[in-house]
Amino acid sequence: MQGLRAYQENHLAASQNPLTFQQLVLRLQNFWADHGCVLQQPYDVEVGAGTMAPETFLRVLGPKPYRVGYVQPSRRPADGRYGENPNRLFKHLQFQVILKPPPVNVQELYLESLVAIGIDLRKHDIKFEEDNWESPTLGAWGIGWQVMLDGLEITQFTYFQQCGGIDLDPISAELTYGLERIAAFLQDVDSIYDITWVVGPDDRAVKYGEIRLQDELQFSVYNFERADVEKAWKHLGLYEAECQALLDEYAELRGAADKAVGEIIDSGEERTAKSERRVERRRFPVLAAFDLCLKCSHLFNILDARGAISVTERVGVIARIRALAVGVAKAYVDQQKAEGDSAPTKENSSPQTERLAASRS
Amino acid sequence: MPDFLLEIGTEEIPARMIDGAREEMRRRLIDLLVRERIAGQAIGYSDDPESPVLAFSTCRRIAVVAKGIRARQADITEHVLGPSTKVAYKDGVPTQAALSFAKKVGQDITQLQTAINEKGEYLGATVKKKGRPAAEILAESLPKEIAGIYWAKSMYWRGKSAERFVRPVRWLVSLLDGEVVPLEFAGIRAGHASEGHRILSPGSLSIDRPSDYSSALAKASVVVCTAEREQRIRKALDAATRTIPGARWREDKSLLDTVVNLTEFPSVVLANFDPEFLALADEVLVTVMRDHQKYFALEDASGKLLPHFLAVLNTDGDPDGLIRHGNERVLRARFNDARFFWETDQRIPLRQRVDMLKAVTFQKVLGSYFDKTMRVQKLGSLISEALRSAGSSVRPGVVFKAALLAKADLTTELVKEFTELQGIVGGLYAKAQQLDPILPAATAEAIGDAIYDQYKPESMDDSVPRSVEGAVLAIADKADSIAGMFALGLQPTGSKDPFALRRAANGIVKIIAEHKLPLPIAKLFSDARAEYADSEAERRFSKEIDFDEAIANFMRERLEFYLRDARGFAYDVVKAVLAAGCDDIVDAIARAEAVSEVRGSEDFASISVAFKRIKNILRQARETNKAVAEKLHESVLTEEAEKRLAAEIPAIAAQVRELRQQGNYGPALAQISRLRQPVDAFFDKVMVMVDDETVRANRLALLQTLLNEFSTIADFSEIVTESKSS
Repeated sequence: MQGLRAYQENHLAASQNPLTFQQLVLRLQNFWADHGCVLQQPYDVEVGAGTMAPETFLRVLGPKPYRVGYVQPSRRPADGRYGENPNRLFKHLQFQVILKPPPVNVQELYLESLVAIGIDLRKHDIKFEEDNWESPTLGAWGIGWQVMLDGLEITQFTYFQQCGGIDLDPISAELTYGLERIAAFLQDVDSIYDITWVVGPDDRAVKYGEIRLQDELQFSVYNFERADVEKAWKHLGLYEAECQALLDEYAELRGAADKAVGEIIDSGEERTAKSERRVERRRFPVLAAFDLCLKCSHLFNILDARGAISVTERVGVIARIRALAVGVAKAYVDQQKAEGDSAPTKENSSPQTERLAASRS
Repeated sequence: MPDFLLEIGTEEIPARMIDGAREEMRRRLIDLLVRERIAGQAIGYSDDPESPVLAFSTCRRIAVVAKGIRARQADITEHVLGPSTKVAYKDGVPTQAALSFAKKVGQDITQLQTAINEKGEYLGATVKKKGRPAAEILAESLPKEIAGIYWAKSMYWRGKSAERFVRPVRWLVSLLDGEVVPLEFAGIRAGHASEGHRILSPGSLSIDRPSDYSSALAKASVVVCTAEREQRIRKALDAATRTIPGARWREDKSLLDTVVNLTEFPSVVLANFDPEFLALADEVLVTVMRDHQKYFALEDASGKLLPHFLAVLNTDGDPDGLIRHGNERVLRARFNDARFFWETDQRIPLRQRVDMLKAVTFQKVLGSYFDKTMRVQKLGSLISEALRSAGSSVRPGVVFKAALLAKADLTTELVKEFTELQGIVGGLYAKAQQLDPILPAATAEAIGDAIYDQYKPESMDDSVPRSVEGAVLAIADKADSIAGMFALGLQPTGSKDPFALRRAANGIVKIIAEHKLPLPIAKLFSDARAEYADSEAERRFSKEIDFDEAIANFMRERLEFYLRDARGFAYDVVKAVLAAGCDDIVDAIARAEAVSEVRGSEDFASISVAFKRIKNILRQARETNKAVAEKLHESVLTEEAEKRLAAEIPAIAAQVRELRQQGNYGPALAQISRLRQPVDAFFDKVMVMVDDETVRANRLALLQTLLNEFSTIADFSEIVTESKSS
């Protein structure tokens, strides 16, 4: 593994200026694109963490290998501080990378990504300290570390073990970079709002605060003071009901399909019926059900920030959302499997599975 | 005699798990070598550098080196037993069973012997077993040993059908002298290739021989010996501290153990924080530094914190000061947060926060912390009253106020951020906030202290609350939790104690013992249980459990543990004393002390032998349905010795009763020792189990009286005596 040293020597930018916020994002994107990641755009439904975006939550399920990287604005209503706290935000930005399955040199790749954003590893202190991640709402957990750079937690590094209550196979490695923290470190500023986002045409630094402070203030006001509790409960109920209805419908479809398996098909009519069911299953909006589930989660967070959830309710609502997430994960895996089964073997199979198939016969 | 090395190279293992796993691997290797007869001469578990089996570890590796093992097993001769001769021969002709046995042992049927044991006659064979090479055995067995290491939490990384381990295994080195022992684990074949320090010496590193192991790693910037790393860190901490006149670093063994296991090549950097942060409470500063940042605090000779800290790095130094700067930046942000939280928290005083506890769950059935607060407040009052009526001085008003505010800090930002500061923050806030203008300053101070100490003692080594009021609050809080959980049927079982109820109970015992509180246990818990009356929780209490009995057994066990492990009383003394009562802890301790005093004496050795005998006789009588007279009838006494014993008992018993009442257990025991002679004489001269029913029943009554009267301090029959006893 001579790679890291060589990488350091080749890539430590000669430039003395620390990266701007958006350069940081661009460098990370380029780095992971070079390692075969799909570069996705932020998911456009409110999420509390990059993990909840379907590019992570759903893609880690099932057997298909996948690599993806994306920025994800993560909203945590209760963490808002009206823009008054220099280290805390209602909405922070994560750079999320999923490597499924993780390559053997995954840690080394991660360290190289730090070099890519201008961190000279020889001049800093890096530690991987135990930190296991768990989200009861998503029925998900993993094993890993918080990566400490000179005493600052800059990344959460997790080997996902379970998601939506389903044991994962293969395992995915998830890297979650805290972009504001890293930028503040690189630029050596004490307040997130003082981070230079970009240097404008007149050489004037455009600060994070100029772009985001208003957001922080107004959403803090909304989340803590203005959100209509009664309506939020109503919305939560409506989204939940719709999500649940979809999941129930899918379960029915699945039940019918399972029953059909094993029946001897002789008439052309039945064959048509089966293929129709297959199409129906394939085009079933499981992804939309997941969006509805995410809506519920966000509404729960708003109600929580409003102090509108009592002790007894709290446990119950978390369990309700978890049930939706678990239901979506199950349906998604089933749908993927059905698709895999029905797909014509030749065209879709990778060279590797072909080899396996050949060696078996 | 070759040396053997195994190194398991991994991604970073959690610091808290490393020491245990390393020692387990050492033990597993030793056991394997011994089991397979390939150990060298002096094999053992010692940590002496001369020991033949050494174990090493860093956050990225666990390694074991066995010096001078056998290159191969010695050949051995074994006797193998086959089928019985009855089965082996039919009419003198060898059967299929005999033939296949001969085939199995590789001998001709004529060469087989016969062996006779208690079950009969069998075919047998003497087989020479050729010893196998050590490398073969190790390659075959070690993967199982590696897979068997215990981890508090382990993971998959190559998919569900593959192995689990604490973190992914990335390389294996396994050498018998210069030769690779070809073992395989986690899809990795062992070889010579190890790795040095991630950053200081990236890339692969070849280990030639086991004897080179630590020096090869040292060249690659890895200090692989744990003790050596600790030594280095200590020295570096000292050296950095010396640059600040009059300073010393706060000794902290558990923090030291952590950083030892977070590093491969440690160094230390001294850094500073703005002295204005010293205005924050010490407890907050130290918690942030130690628990969150793993920094060592610096203090002056009087123990006052200084505006400096020490960070342990996993690299060789910080020539540009970048690392120091970075760590200072992080700490500044953390301290700023803490100060911000402190100030924000003051906007809502603790009093107003009590209501907010309705939204904080204590336990899903037992309700919120508000519910708990109400119960603890009432229970605290009951305890205060009980103590006062027993003559202790306690200020019920302080307990009452402290109990009301005790849990309010759970709603503060500071405790949400630094959960380990619960209680402490409440105490500090109570003192900082003017609770009630008419309260005298001393009272306000006392309330704050009681809140501050409510979670004490957190372990058997921790101190108990400083004041009686703090003690009462701590007891009430713990008793409430224990009573609630037991009533739900959630008592600890075996190694499972998710609510740390044993710790809570140990705490109650320790507090009562050290504050010498006259507080009966059964009453405490029936009061605690009664506070749940008519609550929603009560409807879901378990119907199966006998609450009083379960609590009594549990607390007796805890008291037994305390007396033995914390106070060092002999186990037989503890048993003897607790058999005579364990509801009053202070009294039990006084009795244990007195009994320990006389335990070795000849009189008591003799008395305990006699009491054992009395118990046996009475038991036999019970078992054979022999009647015991309702009361002793002097007229039925015949022998001189029994008359004398019967005459002595009332006088001594009266004295003992009086002395016991006063808690004068030493003198009481001295009185009891006067029984020795008459009792010994009785057993010498008098036969108890005689045929005459009336005489026998009367003598049994005499013994029963003796047992009843003199077992109130301790059950002397539990005392272990030298085996000279008859």
